[in-house]
Amino acid sequence: MVFLMKIGVIAIQGAVSEHVDALKRALAERGVEAEVVAIKHKGIVPECSGIVIPGGESTTLCRLLAREGIAEEIKEAAARGIPILGTCAGLIVLAKEGNEQVAKTSQELLGIMDTKVNRNAFGRQRDSFEAELDVAILDSPFTGVFIRAPGIVSCGPCVRVLSRLEGMIIAAEEGNVLALAFHPELTDDLRIHQYFLNKILNC
Amino acid sequence: MDFEKLRHGTELIKRGFARMQKGGVIMDVTTPEQARIAEEAGAVAVMALQAVPADIRKEGGVARMADPEIVQQIIDTVTIPVMAKARIGHFVEAEIMEALGVDMVDESEVLTPADPFYHIDKTQFTVPFVCGARNLGEALRRINEGAAMIRTKGEAGTGDVSQAVKHMKQIQGEIRALAGKTKEELIMVAREIEAPIELVMETAKMQRLIVVNFAAGGVATPADAALMMRLGADGVFVGSGIFKAENPEKMAKAIVEAVNNYDNPAKLAEISKGIGAGMKGISVDTIPVEEALQERGW
Repeated sequence: MVFLMKIGVIAIQGAVSEHVDALKRALAERGVEAEVVAIKHKGIVPECSGIVIPGGESTTLCRLLAREGIAEEIKEAAARGIPILGTCAGLIVLAKEGNEQVAKTSQELLGIMDTKVNRNAFGRQRDSFEAELDVAILDSPFTGVFIRAPGIVSCGPCVRVLSRLEGMIIAAEEGNVLALAFHPELTDDLRIHQYFLNKILNC
Repeated sequence: MDFEKLRHGTELIKRGFARMQKGGVIMDVTTPEQARIAEEAGAVAVMALQAVPADIRKEGGVARMADPEIVQQIIDTVTIPVMAKARIGHFVEAEIMEALGVDMVDESEVLTPADPFYHIDKTQFTVPFVCGARNLGEALRRINEGAAMIRTKGEAGTGDVSQAVKHMKQIQGEIRALAGKTKEELIMVAREIEAPIELVMETAKMQRLIVVNFAAGGVATPADAALMMRLGADGVFVGSGIFKAENPEKMAKAIVEAVNNYDNPAKLAEISKGIGAGMKGISVDTIPVEEALQERGW
């Protein structure tokens, strides 16, 4: 049997099928064969060459990641250098530190990125928006979909800031880990998923 | 800040919010304390209400939007999204909820309808809406009015899941029946179910609703929630089922875990152990048609 590369999308809750579809389309675009798997339980993360933590509700995600035993597996994968993409709630989950809103709900963050995050940095749903963004890794603007989006307030010296909006860091990279405050999986633009695939394939 | 560059309340933003709720449990709460229990259990959102549907049913009278004071307190208490109900057609109640900062408005048959002919024009709002439906025609009419999420009506406040099952299967069966139909046949269907032809054609092509479809109305146990997920629901609303249960904390946590493990009977068995009795409930068969909440809405 031929070994097929696996890319995992954490499927606890949220925009799971959207990321699975985007990854499949991005893989097809470059003619690479790989299996995209939805991860609900422990035991699958260690087999993956790349992990996506999608948007959803970060309190729900953090609680169930811990209850299901997936949280530890993601930390181990990150330490091994496996590329990880976190969008929206995923950006919160990856962070080392949260603001008082995060602390209030006693979420257990994974602490994979040296970042401090602000939950709902741009307000409630009525304040949610779309905007054209300059992202350092792309050569032309990207439509960012921000839904009750978080932001990175501050980060350590090893974190590369990729984009800012209204004083918040909204895209950042630290080695193998990429975090976005917005939802590339809700648009048809696959450039960020392709960038993530580059990381996996060059790993 | 340059707000001119930011586009608020677009269809993508409204439907996107609804998508972020997928695979989650939305719980009815009437106090900040209950909201905290729901958040702690892992709910993706709470629905702020004056009284849970089981009590609305018991008390009778005109059921209206919740007291803004309570909704405000709940918003201030939790960090997860807060939804609230407005009466069918009562766009001012919806505007009040939007002004409070509610994240999604449920134009709900659980409250007494305010307009005997028309639902709210939801395209006029920045805040997204969820609406109930029993069949495909109803679902597509609501989407056409701007609903960003559909939920089955079921029969709220009963703890009897049969009507939610019926409505979910009805909608899915109607969608399956669209497959393979020619354009002229789809136009005929659109006329029969009183839905816009464009939405009928898009639904036929996608083989699912173009917005997320949640289960609601009678879900009372972890097994009920898992059943609705197995039937293809994108997520679950639990109304009276949590805070009318013997042990709301345990029931809330168990239902959240059941939705995450809906396809694993062994795990569901573990989850369902020792959580206390579910709400007593009433069998739908014993409710006279004129008291059925699902009949409200057009």
